[in-house]
Amino acid sequence: MYAFDFERPSTLAEAEKALAGEDAQALGGGQTLIPTLKQRLAMPEKLVSLGAIQEIKGVCKGDDGALCVGGGTTHATVAREAAADYPALAALAAHIGDPAVRNRGTIGGSIANNDPAACYPAAVLASGATVVTNKRKIAADDYFKGMFETALDEGEIITEVRFPVPEKASYQKFEQPASRFALVGVFVAKYADGVRVGVTGASEGGVFRWTEAEAALSADFSTGAVEGMARPADGMMSDLHGSAAYRAHLVGVMTRRAVAAAS
Amino acid sequence: MSQIHITTTINGDETEYLCEADETLLDVLRDHLDMTGSKEGCGTGDCGACSVVVDGRLVCSCLMLAAEAEGRAIETIEGMGQGDQLHPLQQKFLEHAALQCGICTPGILVAAKNLLERNPNPSEEEVRYWLAGNLCRCTGYDKIIRAVMDTAADMRGAA
Repeated sequence: MYAFDFERPSTLAEAEKALAGEDAQALGGGQTLIPTLKQRLAMPEKLVSLGAIQEIKGVCKGDDGALCVGGGTTHATVAREAAADYPALAALAAHIGDPAVRNRGTIGGSIANNDPAACYPAAVLASGATVVTNKRKIAADDYFKGMFETALDEGEIITEVRFPVPEKASYQKFEQPASRFALVGVFVAKYADGVRVGVTGASEGGVFRWTEAEAALSADFSTGAVEGMARPADGMMSDLHGSAAYRAHLVGVMTRRAVAAAS
Repeated sequence: MSQIHITTTINGDETEYLCEADETLLDVLRDHLDMTGSKEGCGTGDCGACSVVVDGRLVCSCLMLAAEAEGRAIETIEGMGQGDQLHPLQQKFLEHAALQCGICTPGILVAAKNLLERNPNPSEEEVRYWLAGNLCRCTGYDKIIRAVMDTAADMRGAA
């Protein structure tokens, strides 16, 4: 790592101030950022740890029934504390990486990074969640802007993610077995006003909604409704773990599995 | 860039150290505190050779900045045995020959101990998933899993 300054504020207000400087970078759990710093792919002047800010940690139920997850909440905590209210989200969190990653990595860090194979973006998009920052509220549909790109401004801090709780949901991940990132992961969420389908791991554009499947499932929530449906291979990622055509095929398979497993 | 002063507890002992902002907890354990039981394998959180427990939770010490350890309670492999008395897991690893080169062993022992403290009766699948973040390139894992299962059974018997 290159040398950098370090601050560890205990309030959001102090963190905002610390991040206002030139070339400052927020640090969540560091499970992606620290390897990135070691590889010298990022060279901030200053790191501002969000780890001591208690007000952005924890899981609670909002007045509107939404599940509110603080931006600094670890995957392990979500796995435990969301289990009763939003079991599909808790199950997703319980299968990110390995125990050590889940004990440090945070939901805010994950969606700020927006890795195209990360699990959380599929849940945030499929739930129509709201990303709350220190400045504003951003609808999930406006938040994800492509691979590693988001609507966040420089220095903006994710304080909370608000998930409307669906009637039924499931996340099905076809794992890349070494990293346990999603080779393809599909989150299906059924709400009173329709079904949303979020797909991660597949597209060169990052997480996306599969609107054709959403229309079919909103009319008839059954595996039969999406039988034989597949995405075109155009625009799908292709690497040594899977070709574009393979990933496109998996999108259909994992969607059907998620519908079958939804509860 | 001035050094950062940290007060923490390591294996029950209050410990103070000075670190640079860009030093990891693993760097401090090994290079400043001469606790070389935790190993650096990959340095990127993939191999688990640097596993330690922070406030009761398993983490990769190579992916945690030393400056983040203020006020935390850290447990390392050095705190596992009591003097000459090996922890039951360490004893079972010897009996089952659950190690060859030994580089991954401290991390696996720390991770396995943390599992058994949470779940004294894990299934084989639970052991395998819990140790998913600890890579071993020698043993093929089978003896490690058997050693952990055997320790769990013994410790349940003794309890």
